[in-house]
Amino acid sequence: MIADAFFNGLAFWPVGVPLAAAGLAIFLHRAPAVQRRVLEAGVLLMLVVSALLLVQVTRQDVVTTAFGGWRAPFGVTFVADRLSAALATVTGLVALAVTIFCRAEIGPRRRRAGFDALFLAMLAAVNGAFLTGDIFNLYVWFELMLVTALGLMTLDRHRSQMDGAIRYAAMSMLGATFILLGVGLLYGEAGSLNMADLAERLAGRSPTVTLSASGFLLLAGFALKTGLFPLFFWLPAAYHTTPIAALAALAGLLTKVGFYACLRVFVLVFDVAGAPVIPGLPALFGVLAAATMIVSVLAAIAQADIRRLLGYHIVGQVAYPMVGLAVASFAGIAAAIFYMLHTMLVQTGLFLGAGAVARANGSYDMRRCGGLMVHHPMFAGLFAMLAFSMVGIPPFSGFWGKVFVIDAAFRGGSVWLAVVALIVGFLTLYSMSILWSQAFWKAAPRSRRMLRRIPPAMTFAMAVICACTLGIGLAVEPVSEFVHAAARQMTSGGTMAGGMP
Amino acid sequence: MNILYAFVASGLVGCAVYMVLSRNIVRLLLGLSLMTTAVNLVLFQTGRNRSSQPPLIPEGDVTLADAADPVPQALILTAIVIGMALTVMFTVLALRAYRGHGTLLSTRIRSAERLGDPFDDGVRG
Repeated sequence: MIADAFFNGLAFWPVGVPLAAAGLAIFLHRAPAVQRRVLEAGVLLMLVVSALLLVQVTRQDVVTTAFGGWRAPFGVTFVADRLSAALATVTGLVALAVTIFCRAEIGPRRRRAGFDALFLAMLAAVNGAFLTGDIFNLYVWFELMLVTALGLMTLDRHRSQMDGAIRYAAMSMLGATFILLGVGLLYGEAGSLNMADLAERLAGRSPTVTLSASGFLLLAGFALKTGLFPLFFWLPAAYHTTPIAALAALAGLLTKVGFYACLRVFVLVFDVAGAPVIPGLPALFGVLAAATMIVSVLAAIAQADIRRLLGYHIVGQVAYPMVGLAVASFAGIAAAIFYMLHTMLVQTGLFLGAGAVARANGSYDMRRCGGLMVHHPMFAGLFAMLAFSMVGIPPFSGFWGKVFVIDAAFRGGSVWLAVVALIVGFLTLYSMSILWSQAFWKAAPRSRRMLRRIPPAMTFAMAVICACTLGIGLAVEPVSEFVHAAARQMTSGGTMAGGMP
Repeated sequence: MNILYAFVASGLVGCAVYMVLSRNIVRLLLGLSLMTTAVNLVLFQTGRNRSSQPPLIPEGDVTLADAADPVPQALILTAIVIGMALTVMFTVLALRAYRGHGTLLSTRIRSAERLGDPFDDGVRG
């Protein structure tokens, strides 16, 4: 009886668990120690239900939960297919690593300021965006994500945080307005909000003015959230002011939700991989991806602050799966999904590493860092693994991600995109070697003989991420099979992805 | 009627874009709120202004004959609530930024840009 109720609502629990824990944490804001327990229990439980959902999805293909007795396509449904369940599970892993890191980084003052509740609510919003089958509901989760991210960003109430948050809020509110307008026009034209139902209604339509306007408004909104050229400048201007533990979660999760929305809406609803409703969109995706990669990596090379440097790499790395979407073939979409799973983990790990670097050296400016290779060899090794993974060196997951994306681009006939991706890969290597030689390899500045200790919680959090990226890299065969099954499920028509009976 | 709505919405968007491009962050905030209002008008239009009859099925009937579409109204209500939450959040940010920087001009609020600027010579400003 209870087990039945649990499994019927399985697609909702990855959202419901952190939301409930967030509610509990708000009431406990006077007791930071209890709040920490709530956070840890909530995150662990969320990871467990997400993993259960993943197992269930591999068995029965798609798990749906409809709310309030309204059947699809009339009510809001939560739909977990392979892609959504995998993303929810990776979100759980990212949250776990950040939570471990928080033991050493987030003190009672920040917990009293509401870190736990905000972080849990953000996780709920991220999972909600991944799991919903309703396009308006997707917009609502984007807004919840924005409000909680703004809260996390201004946790210390520094002047610079207010400045960064204003930049972030202004651009994101504009993007959200575009998304809302796009959703409204789509509803006016097609008369539905359920994404699978929309796909069926739009199949074979010729592009009208309303449909094109809606498509481009949605693209503008999602591109802003994803951080694609020319709409990414808010990201490196705002993210680096955030407390580092929260920043690691933002880096791993938020822009990927934007890309997920692009993938879901343009592959499923506008069918760019099959019979595109708006012709020419994939070519535009290609231009956006190439411009994003080139501009962001060149900007990253110029940086001295580690958070800013990695901030530009968030932007550059999310453009690789965009290349997969631009190729708009089955292999391209599979590559995009693989790369997205990889980059969520690795970006989080690198920012956790940046936090540990600053803990040991007392600065995020890499010109004032150094000596980590000698003083903290184990931490340096973990960071090197993550850097290798991001650059794309075997046996880590990043290597396979780049192989799949570039291979799909060559086979799909977009040779120029593949060449750009390769060149940007080399420039990424160059940028990461600057970081390595400055912060790790060179001797510590003379003013600082001994580096401070790095708490074991920080090293352990990074080890969790390293194990994930190494595991994906070594077990690439089953992961790649899973990702191909996910891409097949996404592209094979609306019945799968939207919870239509 | 539809044409009138369309003109009002486009006029509001035009005003909103003008306000958003301002350097004063309070004007920016007003512009963003105005734009949400304009989008809500467009959402209202997507339901078509045909009927003011509530979408209730009379007893004994199975289908609706001629009634207003309830979905856009639900969307607008949700969007209004979300818009209010974001406006409040942004107002708080603007207030704190004003107290911290002593100005509302976005060109003078530059403390995030100065944090970790690659062009200063390694000394924290």
